Amino acid sequence: MQRSRRDFLKLAGVSALGLSAGTLGFLGEGAQAADALPTATDFAKPAKAKQWGMVIDTAKFDDALHKKCIDACHNYHNVPKIEGKQEIKWLWTEEFHGAFPTERPAFLADAQEHRKYLLLCNHCANPACTRVCPTKATFKNDEGLVMMDYHRCIGCRYCMAGCPYGARSFNFRDPGEFIAKDKLNLQYPHRTRGVVEKCTFCVEMLAQGKQPLCVQASGGAMVFGDLEDPKSEIRKVLKEKYAIRRNPSAGTEPSVFYIL
Amino acid sequence: MIEKALKGSPRYFGALMVFLAVMGIGGGFYLIQLNNGLLITGLSRDVSWGFYIAQFTYMVGVAASAVMLVLPYYFHHYKAYSKMIIMGEFLAIAAVIMCLGFIVIDIGQPQRMLNVLINSTPRSVLFWDMVVLNGYLILNAVIGWTSLMAYWKRVSPPTWVKPLVYTSIIWAFSIHTVTAFLYAGLPGRHFWLTAILAARFLSSAFCSGPAILLLLTLLAKRLTGFDPGKEAVKTLSTTITYAMCVNVFFFFLEVFTAFYSNMPGHMDPILFLFSGFEGHTYMTPFMWTASFLAIASLVLLIPYKWRYNPDVLVPALIMLVIGTWIDKGMGLIAAGFTPNPFEKVTEYLPTGPEIMIALMVYALGGLVLTILWKIALEVRAEVEGSL
Repeated sequence: MQRSRRDFLKLAGVSALGLSAGTLGFLGEGAQAADALPTATDFAKPAKAKQWGMVIDTAKFDDALHKKCIDACHNYHNVPKIEGKQEIKWLWTEEFHGAFPTERPAFLADAQEHRKYLLLCNHCANPACTRVCPTKATFKNDEGLVMMDYHRCIGCRYCMAGCPYGARSFNFRDPGEFIAKDKLNLQYPHRTRGVVEKCTFCVEMLAQGKQPLCVQASGGAMVFGDLEDPKSEIRKVLKEKYAIRRNPSAGTEPSVFYIL
Repeated sequence: MIEKALKGSPRYFGALMVFLAVMGIGGGFYLIQLNNGLLITGLSRDVSWGFYIAQFTYMVGVAASAVMLVLPYYFHHYKAYSKMIIMGEFLAIAAVIMCLGFIVIDIGQPQRMLNVLINSTPRSVLFWDMVVLNGYLILNAVIGWTSLMAYWKRVSPPTWVKPLVYTSIIWAFSIHTVTAFLYAGLPGRHFWLTAILAARFLSSAFCSGPAILLLLTLLAKRLTGFDPGKEAVKTLSTTITYAMCVNVFFFFLEVFTAFYSNMPGHMDPILFLFSGFEGHTYMTPFMWTASFLAIASLVLLIPYKWRYNPDVLVPALIMLVIGTWIDKGMGLIAAGFTPNPFEKVTEYLPTGPEIMIALMVYALGGLVLTILWKIALEVRAEVEGSL
């Protein structure tokens, strides 16, 4: 027993060496971690909140900045590029009428009408998706993040029917084939066929005390923080500027706010 | 008693072979789906439920409809149904098996389906649907089999069956109510977000289910000589007529609420179904066909002289079944997802493989039903000396 345990530890040590060298031959060419893997120290100071939220200052966005944010998210999270109606989207844009159909604006101001709006999972305070999930594969954690357990998901797609924001995508096929080999990020797993996926507010970044990737890429056009903390940056912004949420009448209390 | 399924005419075994062949072909397509995923369906990000779930919804209604016989027979001692009751219960068994089959073929990770039990989540309506469907299957299997066994042995059914029968009557309402709650509790799906959805489900079930039962019984009469009795056919067709009237009435309640209120969210899905939405009119021919068939079936069923005439009754029932099937098996799901949360239309029509896989489940139901009815009819012939 003792001996086999020692052997195991030895093997684990060798494996760790192999990992740190960053050359895992069996994973094939190009399949290398782009950056050094995070270590325990990176997780020493996680960002904490009671209810994470986001403000998007839509006037500060143009197509280039949208693309920068979407690429930052989709490339890191290995979101496959699938064309057509079975596509996978974590972060995407819509024009005003698509993003805010319940507003039904008439004679919309030019500035707002010709703008695109960045959409993502709203990480609602009172989400419908977690209520309907029969396996708790989608659930709300203590920090207000609507999370996905891809290993528990049975692919019933009830959450997709439940979400009033169209924020969820289903893997109709194996996503691996739709991620460019040289773009595959080994620090983040891609999903399997037959499960639902969506934006996670970069829970893996928050765990390292960092901001979500889109917020980092936005150069200040997005503000992220704790909605329950009156002294937080996000609450300061919301106090100063009028912001709307998508489809508030659904009663889900979305945590993403849009400054028009 | 089960050995009665093993002996039969070439026609009986021929029917079983046809069902097995359809299951085999559909099974081949299901293997393709297992290997490649649900991409072989017409489903999409915007219309994430489709033909499979629609067929499940329709068959739940057929399963629930057995209560239209069980209730008068056991609550009101309506003896005319004594020959039909077992047929209704066995149809319910076949229908619930199909429901479960449609759910299994719909999910993306079928090997994980027991997660619903392992991680049972009472706040999810899907969990309760699993409970009521399986419960109803067990109830009908136990009640049907025990009653038939007692009848075969020429004894009265054991007393413990009675409470199960009463439970099954209430349970039948619950299976279609809970299935309606799957849809009715979702914010942002205007077509489903209506308090009358469960009532509409029940009214549609109580006309379409008994209509299917009556058609199948009349088919059995032609094939085997089994006579359900004139009185039973008359009463059941009257029940069907009333339920269909209520069904159409409930639909007009929806139309009134949507269009008198003039609220876009309520009107849009109905407009999508009947006149198209933003140029997408692919559902309108189906829905107008369904409306025409529904009205025509009522025209033929309401005058009792026509209703009691088998030459009119059978085509009227076929019209009713097709009409309600289009309404529930196509329109209900599509209109729930259309327009989508971005007020846009993503078209959905089932693909060939999708239809073949659904046919596999229907053939499974046909197989189960044929075997169960064969046993029931053989037992009757043996006990009574004739059908």
